[in-house]
This record gives sequence, C-alpha cells and structure tokens, in this order.
Amino acid sequence: MKAGSNLEKVLTSGQFAVCGEMGPPQSADGKVIKKKAEYFRGFVDAVNLTDNQTAIVRLSSIASAHLLLEAGVEPVMQMTCRDRNRIAIQSDILGASALGIKNILAISGDHQKFGNHPQAKNVYDLDSIQLVQILKNMRDLKKFQNGEEMKVEPRLFIGAAANPFADPFEFRVLRLAKKIKAGADFIQTQGVFDIPRFKRWMEMVRDMGLHEQAYILAGIIPVRSVKALEYMKSEVAGMSVPDELIERMRKAAKPQEEGVKIAVELIQQIREIEGVRGVHIMPVMWEQVIPQLVEQAGLLPRPRFEETPEAAPVQEAAKA
Amino acid sequence: MIVAERKPMEEILRLVDGAKSILVAGCGGCVTVHMAGGEKEVEVLASLLRMHYKMQDKPVEILTQTVTRQCEPEYVRELAENVAKADVVLSMGCGVGVQFIAEHFPQAWVVPALNTKFAGATLEAGVWAERCGLCGECILYKTGGICPVIRCSKSLLNGPCGGSQNGKCEVNPDIDCAWQLIFDRMKNLGKLELLLEIEPPKDWSKARDGGPRKVIREDVRL
Repeated sequence: MKAGSNLEKVLTSGQFAVCGEMGPPQSADGKVIKKKAEYFRGFVDAVNLTDNQTAIVRLSSIASAHLLLEAGVEPVMQMTCRDRNRIAIQSDILGASALGIKNILAISGDHQKFGNHPQAKNVYDLDSIQLVQILKNMRDLKKFQNGEEMKVEPRLFIGAAANPFADPFEFRVLRLAKKIKAGADFIQTQGVFDIPRFKRWMEMVRDMGLHEQAYILAGIIPVRSVKALEYMKSEVAGMSVPDELIERMRKAAKPQEEGVKIAVELIQQIREIEGVRGVHIMPVMWEQVIPQLVEQAGLLPRPRFEETPEAAPVQEAAKA
Repeated sequence: MIVAERKPMEEILRLVDGAKSILVAGCGGCVTVHMAGGEKEVEVLASLLRMHYKMQDKPVEILTQTVTRQCEPEYVRELAENVAKADVVLSMGCGVGVQFIAEHFPQAWVVPALNTKFAGATLEAGVWAERCGLCGECILYKTGGICPVIRCSKSLLNGPCGGSQNGKCEVNPDIDCAWQLIFDRMKNLGKLELLLEIEPPKDWSKARDGGPRKVIREDVRL
C-alpha cells in the first residue's frame, strides 16, 4: 500500500472503483461540504475536491478535503499548477498529508481566462507531469524537489488526469505514458460521451500496456438538461459530445431521468472495455443524483474495509 | 525584435498634461522596423499633439528627435539639448528606451508613449507575434524550434493540456496550440522520441524570477 486510502484499497483489491466529485462553495460556508457529503457517503469510494475549478475562487481544496474527511467521506484533493509555485505546492502537500488526506490529483488547471479573475497572473512554475514526479519523490524518496530530505514523508496515492478527446490525439497516450512514468498511480479521464473515440484511446492504452501500470477511471458527467450538454459540446475545450445524445436529450419528456439513464448506459458500456478499472462521476452542481445513479448502474454496495463508513439507504441520502 | 504598440491618444494626453514643452523622442531600433516609434511615428504623434493644443488654444511647444537607438549611451546622450528644453520627454522607444533616457537625465520627467509588448517577429505586414519568453536558458533544441515557455498559454514543458482541440489553444481560438505545432513538427522530423522524455522542472532563476538580469562579457569590455 502506498497510502492505504480507501480508493487504493478498492483498486488494489481488483474491484471496480467509483469516485465522485464536488465543487467547494464560493464562500466560507464549510457546512455546504458536510451537507453534500451525504450524497456521497457509502455510494462512492472517494470524492474529488476541485481546486478553484474554471479559475473561480472557491473554498480551498485542502480545507474542503479536510471537512469532507471529518464528514466520513474519503477525499481526493485536487492540486493545480496554476496558482502555486513549487514552494507552496510542496508545503500544501505536507499540510494535506498531516491532515489525513491521502489521495491527490495533480493537474495543470484551467487557465485563469475562464474564471472570475481573468486579470490574475498565473504561476505554472511546474506542469502536471513535473508535479506528479515531485509527489512521487516526496513519497518514495522522502525528497523535496531540490533534493533535500524530509523526516516524515507524505503517504500519497497519486492521481493524474487524461483527456482522450483532446488533440493531438496520437500524442494523448504518449503523454499518459509520461504521467505514469512520472509516478501516477491512478488516472481520471475527461467526461466520456463519445464511446467509439474512448474505445480507440483505450486500445492505444492497452497496446502500450499502460492499463497494467496505473488504474484508469473513466469520467462520467451526468447531465440534467439538453442545454448543459450543448454547453459542454460548444464551450468546454477538449470535450466530444455526439449529436445523437443531444437529440436524445432534446426529445426527452423528463430530461433529468433521461440524463440518469444516459449516464447509466455510459457506465455499463465503459465497464465492458478492457483495462478500465473504475468510473469517476462528476455531477457538476447535481450531486444529489449520485445515490440513484450508482444504484441504477449496479455499482452498489461499495466495497467495505475497516473504517469505511456505512451507506445510508438510497432514499434517505437523496433527501439529504 | 522588441514589439511595442502606441498607447491610446487620451492616455498620452493625460501623461503629458500641464507641460509647456514636450520632447517626442523616437528610436531608430526595433520600434522603427515595426513602425511604432521611429522618425515617421514621432512626426505623426507630434502633429497630433500640436493639433490638439492648437484646438485647445494652449501654447505648448512640441520638439522632436529620433536617435539611432535609445538603448545605447552614446545615442541617448545626443538627446541632451532637447531634453533640457522640455518639461516632459515622451519616449517612443520600448520600455528599455524610456528607462535609459531617465537614467541618463536625472532631472528629466520621462514618460512612455508606447506599451512594450513582447519579443517577436513579423508574420505579415501589420501583424507581429510573440516568439521568445526571454527565459534565460533556451530549450528550443528539445522542442523542434517552437517555444512552449512562451507559446503555450500555461508554459507546459511536457506536452499539451486537455484544452488543446483542432490545433487551437483553449484560451483563444486565434492562438495555435504550441504543443500541436511541436508534435507535428517533431513527427515530421522523425524526432518524436525526444518528446517522450520527462522534462524536469525548469530553473526559473535564469529568468526574471532570479531578479533583474545582467550579461557581462569580459571579451568585449574595454
């Protein structure tokens, strides 16, 4: 065990993993995290806390991860390279580890242009691959980026992102190989809507044997309206949304139910693909869908290890 | 070259407001080449200022002088006579020129007429683009002659982020994804394997992050 996190236990025990994702509030209201935790406790193995996603200022991922941990849900703390240099990043990693956070997802971060402070200066002292390597060296060699040693190393299960739908397509798998070489233990992908392209990508992943070197979790984004789907197709860089799906959502009498159905079907199709070890569900501002979604997708009950909190009945969590 | 662009007229007027005599100082270097602050642009700006003050019925004297380069002492010193006559020196050089005039004339009030943009090249008539991030330690031999430090919006050194689509950057569809360009070029050159190496964190102390820089060449010192 590298970190002994619940997510690591699920994956290393060979079971199909389920991650969730939560966006912290744009205020100091930590209760939001605890309230939203109810939608996830017992329904997923770990929950990502985004780090000022789309460059909008939010409650920090480190504090949110700690609040979630207190609420009995395992966090995956996201850490971008946009806002911190190597000094701040390593400091926050030590702090996160001291607070009991075991899963870290290292990403480049959305450009500040998309956020609510587009006049900010970005940092990018490091890129995501360099960050992964630093995390691995902190954990395995007890060394800071400068080569100095530390007494107590952070025990981390290191995650990284991959986008099978961005370009240059051919380079995507090579870049994934670099991330894994740098030290990524698990990979979470961009939201999958385009199954054929995802299958082509996974084929390239398998050809390089990467599915045996890191745990690959496919991204799932449940959507509750055709508008949300259209927005993702047109406005989110690096997304591929087939027109048939948009048509299907447009025609749906009950778009929310249809959205769940589509997500369930996507999960089922993804489970069939060799080398996929789990799903990462990103219910953008629709966290309450989690219990019914994972139930309908046949992903319950979640594996339990010592200290894993028990799931509330689906009905009750949906009301929370 | 250093590429600059003239500030809006309203801003320039604010910067020189109250002066009785203004020296519009041009530079014969980069800003002449890309038509932002050479002799011709100096005369254009001087005419605009003269017209403005004439319409306002204000007696403001406008002097003009363009030197070979505002970034070299012997040429900057040529401005001495006119600088002494002016309340404000409006430099049409890049930020280096503005500072160099100020350095050489401690009593002069020197203001910039240009916004200095970047180190770049001419793409076509009237279009200039950034090409060098002045990071102090060139890595172009690793990336096929295309700089990710300045041409990738996130300065990523190990490949494209997830926002690269159809060859364009997520920040703006007018920006080419530097890593798409690098990938295509390296593939064509049969050197893709160079991109598979993990590029370690960059030593930014060689860049501006190490503080203002200086180059000293003993072989050319007097």
